[in-house]
Amino acid sequence: MSESSGAPQWLERGGLQQLLDELRAREYDVHGPVLRDGAIAFEPVVDTAELASGVHDVQEAGRYRLEPGDGGRTFAVVHGPAALKPFTFAPREPLLQVQMDGPGSSFECEPVLPDTGRVAVLGARPCDLAALAVQDRVFLGDRFPDPHYAARRENLLTIVVNCTRSVSTCFCTSMGTGPEARSAYDLALTEQDDGFVVRARSDAGREILGALALPEAEEAALDRERIDLEACRDGIDRALDTTDLRELLYENLSHARWDDVGERCLGCGNCTMVCPTCFCHDQRDEPELDGKASLRVRQWDSCFDPDHARIHGFDFRARVRDRYRQWLVHKLASWEDQFGTSGCVGCGRCLTWCPVGIDLTEEVAAIRGGGTA
Amino acid sequence: MSAVAPARPRLAVFKFASCDGCQLQLLNLEEELLALAERFEVAHFLEASSRVLEGPYDVVLVEGSITTAHDAERIRGIREQAGWLVAIGACATAGGIQHLRNTAAVEDWKREVYPHPEWIEVLETSTPISDHVRVDHEIHGCPVDKHEVLRVLTRSLLGALPDPPRGSVCVECKRRGQVCVTVARGIPCMGPVTRAGCGALCPSLGRDCYACFGPSRDADPAALANRFRELGLSPHDIARRFRGITGGDPVFRDAAQALEDSDG
Amino acid sequence: MSVTAPSVQALVPEPAEIIEKRSFGSRLHAYRLRLRDPAARPRFDFLPGQFNMVYVPGVGEVAISISSDPEEEDLEHTIRIVGRTTEVIDRLDVGDVLGLRGPFGSSWPLNEARWKDVLVVTGGLGCAPVTGAIDYMFRRRASFGRISILHGVKQPADLIHRDRFEAWRREPDTWVGLTADQPDRAWRDRVGVVTELFEEVEIDPVRTVVFVCGPQVMAVMAVRILERRGVPSSRIFLSLERSMKCAVGLCGHCQFGPEFVCKDGPIFSHERVARFFGVPGL
Repeated sequence: MSESSGAPQWLERGGLQQLLDELRAREYDVHGPVLRDGAIAFEPVVDTAELASGVHDVQEAGRYRLEPGDGGRTFAVVHGPAALKPFTFAPREPLLQVQMDGPGSSFECEPVLPDTGRVAVLGARPCDLAALAVQDRVFLGDRFPDPHYAARRENLLTIVVNCTRSVSTCFCTSMGTGPEARSAYDLALTEQDDGFVVRARSDAGREILGALALPEAEEAALDRERIDLEACRDGIDRALDTTDLRELLYENLSHARWDDVGERCLGCGNCTMVCPTCFCHDQRDEPELDGKASLRVRQWDSCFDPDHARIHGFDFRARVRDRYRQWLVHKLASWEDQFGTSGCVGCGRCLTWCPVGIDLTEEVAAIRGGGTA
Repeated sequence: MSAVAPARPRLAVFKFASCDGCQLQLLNLEEELLALAERFEVAHFLEASSRVLEGPYDVVLVEGSITTAHDAERIRGIREQAGWLVAIGACATAGGIQHLRNTAAVEDWKREVYPHPEWIEVLETSTPISDHVRVDHEIHGCPVDKHEVLRVLTRSLLGALPDPPRGSVCVECKRRGQVCVTVARGIPCMGPVTRAGCGALCPSLGRDCYACFGPSRDADPAALANRFRELGLSPHDIARRFRGITGGDPVFRDAAQALEDSDG
Repeated sequence: MSVTAPSVQALVPEPAEIIEKRSFGSRLHAYRLRLRDPAARPRFDFLPGQFNMVYVPGVGEVAISISSDPEEEDLEHTIRIVGRTTEVIDRLDVGDVLGLRGPFGSSWPLNEARWKDVLVVTGGLGCAPVTGAIDYMFRRRASFGRISILHGVKQPADLIHRDRFEAWRREPDTWVGLTADQPDRAWRDRVGVVTELFEEVEIDPVRTVVFVCGPQVMAVMAVRILERRGVPSSRIFLSLERSMKCAVGLCGHCQFGPEFVCKDGPIFSHERVARFFGVPGL
């Protein structure tokens, strides 16, 4: 059908269940935003009634609240603490199974690859998708593509929902990642009062749309979509000035602002955990008590961890200011050298979920405004 | 540890001022407990068995804090018998909740609490094991995480030093995909300054961390105290958070003291 | 996006038997290792300066540079006993098995140095990553110009390879300078820090390639002196050290500015890292 034209189609509000059913029929384990402990989280859903409803999110630096009222929308909450990261880069996963007989003995290693079925995530945001594209470069773009990430990534289907609403911590417009999806997705929805404008951008997405046999979206719906996205874009007033940002940060590695933020920063690592692009991880062996086997496991780690840059007793980044600088300069500057893209997608999670509300846009502005100290 | 693990090392568990909860964690290992008894010769573990073998011991786990002159003497004797001595739990590593008496006059308390205060012979303070003898390793928590005890013992069998959990409770909390109680509900949580190791247990139950694993390395209590103030706590209330189970740790003790001083 | 064999192989340690252990003092040992599976050997072809992840089953891995000659069948690692994993390696002996994963990282620019003068500046206990390269040059002595080796230690006891330095000293067209910051009565070489040895060494800035390996403070000072003496930044090479877990540029631990020390390094030209080199806390 529309594979050649790629024309946007129209999904009635009630048709969302049909989409869910179609995904399940294709053996996708569908995850969508559900209410959980005062926020939303991507969890398995079978019925659209399970999706978060009746609330919207209010976010500011260090504060997240769900408040009543969804304006009749299914995807009224912009986002929760987790992006797509856990689906492709697991918080904790085994890498190697080792059979051994203690130190010094011979041993055998068997790689443990994830045995994931197909996963579809409904309700990811354009910034989440942009972050996924960034992590694709990190994990798959070099000489040693990560087999664990690759296996999970291959099985992931993304159904992004374009943003017609923002929160105060959003700055995707500065990073060029929203409010409408630009990076590769399978399906994209733009929600309106009575339904969704739907687009497919992959073979898998087109197949699913084909099976749903939807009508083309009317001109009026597309006009409304443009207006809604524009309004959302205009509503985002937080900004990160990215002009020569990499150079600005490299030039200011000794700026007094690092000491200042070092005083406020708890060094707890929350920003790195919620960041959809942060990829640092630790790996360690977990031997069995009988000494016959050991499992090598990796798990999310943080550059704020006091051991992160420590090597036999010497800590290269001994102060919290060093760690904050490492995180921010990596994210906004050295990431570009490493992966040809910024490490920031402007989702604002690091502001919201920082227990003390440190705002990286403000930190950068201070460095930009203050000149070299 | 210089200890090259012998084929079946001798394990001993000793108790000082404590609630036995950490020893109980060992017993809670259940299935692994049998395997543990195969890998180690359990030479002294009164909570598990009345069979007592004389030292020396290869690995000694010590629960509890030092609160009496007699105990101060006893721990020195144990140290002499111990190849590798591990303090387990908040009492043994930070003085436990009973450290609260360190900031009060013990004689006054005795008179208030006991009908015969003259029968109570205690030191002025409750102090961690490391204040008295050399401690080779500390396992934190109230109680300790049984899996961590098992990991430490397993690594000791491989002749390897422990590789304890790193970072703050927040990192564990986020790895579990939990929602931050401070950010989403305004609840003052000690997680950001607390050593990882519990798997963010309290936040998983929707409540705040109360720092029973003690301060994380390089923890900055002052920055967190500022945040607690914004959340409506008085300096006095904040000081009480730091004076909890691990309040005997110098980092938390000093933070609490500073807050109390600022409160006039 | 498919899983490629090399990327899985890069994650899997290969068993290797210790066939010789030589100790230099109580905390430094050279282990000669032979892969249990000879067919795996070609995958371990390396250049001096590259490293392997050395694995103790059930315990952990450490990044250690390869100190043997690339043409030898066996692989040698000179290991300092400094942490949880090396403490266990300390107790292993001939017949025991370790795991190897590698080789990883960049190498000393031995091709670029061919027919040129080479100046090696090392300090403290950190000369292991460069001794393999020195041996490499002496085995191919005719291919290199003048070789100067400056080595500084804090105390005479820290000079672990005295015999090797003496042997190098006897090589033709070679100058070896040793210095100790805190000498004892028996010390007959120079007194002071390694950078003071520069006063004694001839450097032709046009035809000298420099290898620097040692504590950061020493390296920063050495670079400063070398630049003053006209050696271009592009011909000063530094060996950097960082925490490493994965060795393939994914775990993030080894970052130094924009560099992943495990895959972009550990050997860098000073020119490449000049902007970040010596910035405290990076």
